[in-house]
Amino acid sequence: MTASIQPSTAAGVQYLLRLGDACLVLSHRISEWIGHAPILEEELALGNIALDLLGQSRALLTRAGQLGAGAGGNAFDEDQLAYLREERHYLNPVMMELPRGDFAFTQVRNLVAACWLLPMWTRLQASTDAEVAAIAAKAVKEVRYHQQHAAEWVVRLGDGTEESTRRMQDALRQIWPYVNELFAADAIDAAAEASGLGPAWSSLKPDWDAAIDEVLAEARLTRPQHTPHVYEGVRGVHSEHMGHLLTTMQSLQRSYPGGVW
Amino acid sequence: MSAAPLPDFHDHLAWLKTLAPVGPVGPRPEAGDAGPSDLGCGRLSAAWEVLSQVLDPEVPAVSLVELGIVRDLVETADGLEVVLTPTYSGCPATEAIEQNVRDALARFGTITVTMRRAPAWTTDWITDAGREKLRRYGIAPPGAVDAGQGVPIRIVRRHAAIACPRCGSAHTEQVSAFGSTACKAMYRCLACREPFEHFKPI
Repeated sequence: MTASIQPSTAAGVQYLLRLGDACLVLSHRISEWIGHAPILEEELALGNIALDLLGQSRALLTRAGQLGAGAGGNAFDEDQLAYLREERHYLNPVMMELPRGDFAFTQVRNLVAACWLLPMWTRLQASTDAEVAAIAAKAVKEVRYHQQHAAEWVVRLGDGTEESTRRMQDALRQIWPYVNELFAADAIDAAAEASGLGPAWSSLKPDWDAAIDEVLAEARLTRPQHTPHVYEGVRGVHSEHMGHLLTTMQSLQRSYPGGVW
Repeated sequence: MSAAPLPDFHDHLAWLKTLAPVGPVGPRPEAGDAGPSDLGCGRLSAAWEVLSQVLDPEVPAVSLVELGIVRDLVETADGLEVVLTPTYSGCPATEAIEQNVRDALARFGTITVTMRRAPAWTTDWITDAGREKLRRYGIAPPGAVDAGQGVPIRIVRRHAAIACPRCGSAHTEQVSAFGSTACKAMYRCLACREPFEHFKPI
């Protein structure tokens, strides 16, 4: 069947899909570097980071599908959730779907994402959902390596040549308007905090600020000015880039339904 | 890790021949006296013995048992339940490992494989014998998982010295924090000039 699916609108399911989709879509963007990375070692590194994120996403989408069935909806597996939703039902923050850009943009986004995911996974280890807590206990170890890796590139390029510094500062300027969404509060977020499923995203901001400021200072980069707009990818309102990304990501399952390796 | 003498090339070849064969690994013939008809712990220990011969598909120097990813083995009414834990969330070898376990234990009846995430796998579970096999295979084994991993970020321009698995020198440098598989980093030895891999502590 090529019919699209609609995931459960239960708050817990939506909360897990936001995080699972963030990992899935970021993984997809990072994997676009395969064949294009500046050096072979970095190609392997980006491939490994994308793989970790994909594994985390698979676990979260699986759990979201189970919770959706428990909430009275249809039981969907990870593949159905990854490949058969319409754009409006993907709940990743818009930042994750932005085109991969240049190497500076990729490393800045990876740092921003890792500094967000590290406190996220750390807190999720105490989730009242035992499966989510177990997923987090593994993921938190992986994201430390991702954060370390991105931070080293940001320092190396930020405190590098005139050209590399300019491009890093430019990448920061491009990504900054999308940061607000990572810490925005709404009813789904509040419900997760109340039920103990996971932290309210707004509560992750102090940890994120501290980590980012430390790296930017070491890299001699300037933190951009705060911008007011809050994107709404977590409610399915995406940028023009998302549809293009999905046509690539979904093409196999849409063309050959149920196809497996 | 103590510095080991540099094995010469022929020693290394001789040692390689002592390794279990790489590839699909079935029950060893000498384990043949234990089978589905055996009762109690004799059967379980025979199954453990079989699993201790099943090599990791990505690092075929150590067994699944030595890596610490076989968490439990339980007798069921008509076979065995094997409890495995994944190493990394996205490890692409997970399915291959599960299949190899099923193949190796086929004659023990119906094999149920259960994936258990918690507690999360750590390189601290790799046995001492497994670490020594890694080193002799050319992969620097992981140190103890650093309790300081919880610190926000370590901006390090130089990485802690990892001893070269070939010559034992600590005069080495990291080439990349990520290697050919998720679990390894790439290093080079500045003493013997050989590149090598390091099994990352996690």
